Amino acid sequence: MNDVILETHDLTKHYGGVFALEAADFTLHKSEHVAIMGDNGAGKSTFVRQITGVEHRTRGNIIFDGEEVSFDGPLAAREAGIETVFQTLALADDLDVPDNLFLGREMIKFKLGPFSILDYKGMRDATIRGLETTGVKIPNIRNTIRNMSGGQRQCVAIARTATFHSKLTIMDEPTAALGVQETVQVENIISTLKENGEPLILISHNMRQVFDLVDRIVVFRRGRIVANLNKEETDGQDVVAYITGAKTDPNYAMEGDV
Amino acid sequence: MANSKHGVGGLTYDTSKRHWPNEANVFIALIILILIFESLGLLTQGQSFLFDSKDRFDSIFNEQRLKIIILQVSIIGIIAIGVTQVIISGGIDLSSGSIVGATAMIAMSFAQVAEVNGRPNPKAIFLEQGWVDLPIIIPILVGLCCGIVAGGINGLLIAYTRIPPFIATLGMMVSARGIAKWWSKGRPISFPTDDFEMIGNGFGGWMPVVIFISLAILFYLILKYTVYGKHTYAIGSNEDAARMSGIDVRRHKVLVYAIAGMLAALAALVVSSKNLTAQSGMGVMYELDAIAMTVIGGISLAGGRGSIVGTVIGALIFGVIISGFTFLRLDAYYQEMVKGIIIVGAVVLDQWRQRNAATRA
Repeated sequence: MNDVILETHDLTKHYGGVFALEAADFTLHKSEHVAIMGDNGAGKSTFVRQITGVEHRTRGNIIFDGEEVSFDGPLAAREAGIETVFQTLALADDLDVPDNLFLGREMIKFKLGPFSILDYKGMRDATIRGLETTGVKIPNIRNTIRNMSGGQRQCVAIARTATFHSKLTIMDEPTAALGVQETVQVENIISTLKENGEPLILISHNMRQVFDLVDRIVVFRRGRIVANLNKEETDGQDVVAYITGAKTDPNYAMEGDV
Repeated sequence: MANSKHGVGGLTYDTSKRHWPNEANVFIALIILILIFESLGLLTQGQSFLFDSKDRFDSIFNEQRLKIIILQVSIIGIIAIGVTQVIISGGIDLSSGSIVGATAMIAMSFAQVAEVNGRPNPKAIFLEQGWVDLPIIIPILVGLCCGIVAGGINGLLIAYTRIPPFIATLGMMVSARGIAKWWSKGRPISFPTDDFEMIGNGFGGWMPVVIFISLAILFYLILKYTVYGKHTYAIGSNEDAARMSGIDVRRHKVLVYAIAGMLAALAALVVSSKNLTAQSGMGVMYELDAIAMTVIGGISLAGGRGSIVGTVIGALIFGVIISGFTFLRLDAYYQEMVKGIIIVGAVVLDQWRQRNAATRA
């Protein structure tokens, strides 16, 4: 087996007449961190939504971990090992940390259809292990999400990755709403993932963050991938030129072809 | 594993720490209310509200009053249990009172004795020995099915047409009342079998209380310890998050409303059995009393917060108010006025508490 964890061919999504995503060919290698950049409405989030099964693609293939996949929904993607930290935090404010981590895939002590009994202790222990591996600091995991800071919330969302040993993590602007210190905390967690060799797709507008954290930058513009740049061979100005359309690359799909 | 040291910096993850539960506040409110009636009673009536003041040494409490307090709220309390889980899921159910009416009529028609005033009951069966009563299981099953179907329709409408729960259950409220009147063309149905009478009068009249408390315990456990409960809280807390986490939100909502309908139907069986008759006007305003009990019990109308414990205490507060006013020999008119004020006050307090919690964090 090769070392490619995720591959898309001709991935396309139309909303009625709007071409939100057009023929995206994308490759992600194991233990690689890739940033997706682009202007608002460039198709970054649409791209992620097709991969994670939140929406159903118009056409194209997705090959994940060596197998062609077609997820019915985010849960199927999650079960296959793709963990997504959404732009809008997918957390239930009135539940505590273990409840949120295990939402939709609770540990069961006794199976009884919808009235299956929850294994609270098992979930708590697994949560603590997950938090420890990511280095997330949350003083009281029994606290409800409502009573937590933005950074802590984001950390909880990210901690899902570690708790479930996912094969691929996708983060959609994880630090957009965070303060300086909280951003650093989240970036540290991302670095930890890198050290552990876990692949990551990071959607971000923050140029410094992208250059600090990832190996490769893929630029979206008007629903198409317009550039695929190795971090060492590019700079901020170059990336901005692709994002704004000042620079175009007809052979964007060729790796390092800049 | 109560505590675990964090790898970096020795930070402690405390899994046992709990917050001051909201139910404790509601319980304090109940105690204060009892104290008010107690002191008003001593001042104006010269007798105690809850304690035995007749110098009988065999009991401390005024058992008669305690029985009335809990008995008069247990039927609506059964409905309130169903309404609680609906409200926790972020919805509302206005149809429970009408479901009580419709279910009472339909179930009672199957619970009638075989021969009423010498004429055979149309639902009775004819065997060799003559007209025979239907076994009690038939009216119970028919009644519960009525509730499940009505509640299920509520749930299907809310989950699949995406109309607001307020509208869907308002429609059911009007329609189910229509069914209650249509079933016997507006005539009351009486003369249930002896077995059926037991549902509301068994255990020396304590049966409604027994049913209420058992259901309260059952649903407390369900909401706290099962996947069903967890998902109910999750949906009420953040429906989008629940959906993105892979919870089948629509199926769950149908289940929540169907269970609420079933509990309303159970209340209908109890009330019609207790009164030995069913009328199409049964259960009018029950839905609002049930919602009021949950709101007083600290269940947030925004969804996601509250528990059955709160609802039970809310129901007791309701019972104390009604008994208290009777005890003070005040008109029933004042009762309703004060009830209204307490409902609004409970929501205001809840909001205020929310804001406080938000600024502390």
